[in-house]
This record gives sequence, C-alpha cells and structure tokens, in this order.
Amino acid sequence: MSESKSEPLDLVRLLLDEKIHVKLRGARELSGKLQAYDSHCNLVLSDAVETIYDTNENNELISRNKTSEILFVRGDSVILVSSPSDE
Amino acid sequence: MLFLSFFKTLVDREITVELKNGVEIRGVLKTADQYFNLKLDNVTCINESKFPHLSSVKSIFLRGSTVRYVHLTNNDVDTNLLQDASRRGE
Repeated sequence: MSESKSEPLDLVRLLLDEKIHVKLRGARELSGKLQAYDSHCNLVLSDAVETIYDTNENNELISRNKTSEILFVRGDSVILVSSPSDE
Repeated sequence: MLFLSFFKTLVDREITVELKNGVEIRGVLKTADQYFNLKLDNVTCINESKFPHLSSVKSIFLRGSTVRYVHLTNNDVDTNLLQDASRRGE
C-alpha cells in the first residue's frame, strides 16, 4: 500500500549504504555512511566524522573534528540529511 | 522498533553515550526501553575534569531525550542487518 505513495523519508531510504551529510543542532555536522534510520530520523552512521563549529576569542570561526567507528544519532538533533554532493 | 531491537543487541556491551549537555559516559549497557532510556553499569565519565560531579557514580539511568550520540565500535554491530531492517521499515 505505502509502496505506491511517495514520502519524504523515501529519499533517506535511497541513501542507505551511501555516504551522507547530516546537519545537527548545536552547530554540528556529520558525514558518514548511512546504515540505519527510522521515522524519527534516528540514524546509525559508520566511519562518522563529526565537525563542531565554534568561535574563538577573536570571534573567528573554528572547527574541530571527532571520529567514531559506529555512531547512533538521536533523531531530535537532526536538522537535515543530504548526500554529500548536493551540499 | 528497529532501534529498540538494536539497543537490545547491545546489552552487556560497553558503550559510550554523549549527552546533549556535553557529558560523555562510558559503561556497560544493562537495559533499554522504547524511549531509549538507558541503564548503564560500571560507568566512568570520559570528560571527568569538565564534569567532576559524576566521578563517584557507578550505575546510572539516562533519560533517552538527553542523549545526543551513542558511540560504538565496528564489532558491536552487523551493518547488513541494520540496512535490511531499515529497508523493510521495521
């Protein structure tokens, strides 16, 4: 039934096993391979790289990266999910 | 229910939970429920110098809504199983 109707999360389904880019609350971004998702946008990424943006004492933008082999992301932090090419 | 089953498979494994307030807690997952409330045993706070109030805590209940990330390692998960379950929309 739901197979014939298209919904927004169909796009996310097409990104399974692909490298994705995620924008999160709190000036954070993630890139990694999408392994799982659900309707709340809870995600599991593999080889995830998190980029955290901040400003230093001179008000200049700085960023730092953190890596994780497998990362579960709670959906309520997620702002957008895209493929890395269409940033 | 996909992620609830996912957390059930992680019971008795050591995981690292990063909360929305920046606290990072490492411990053995004991139980998880539908809200992703978690109970961890043998906990250590990774950034203890920043958050010293957790230094004597041994066992902890975490409300699911406060979680930002759960950090895992490759041998904790079967990625093929996860992808198949996501495609089926479980």
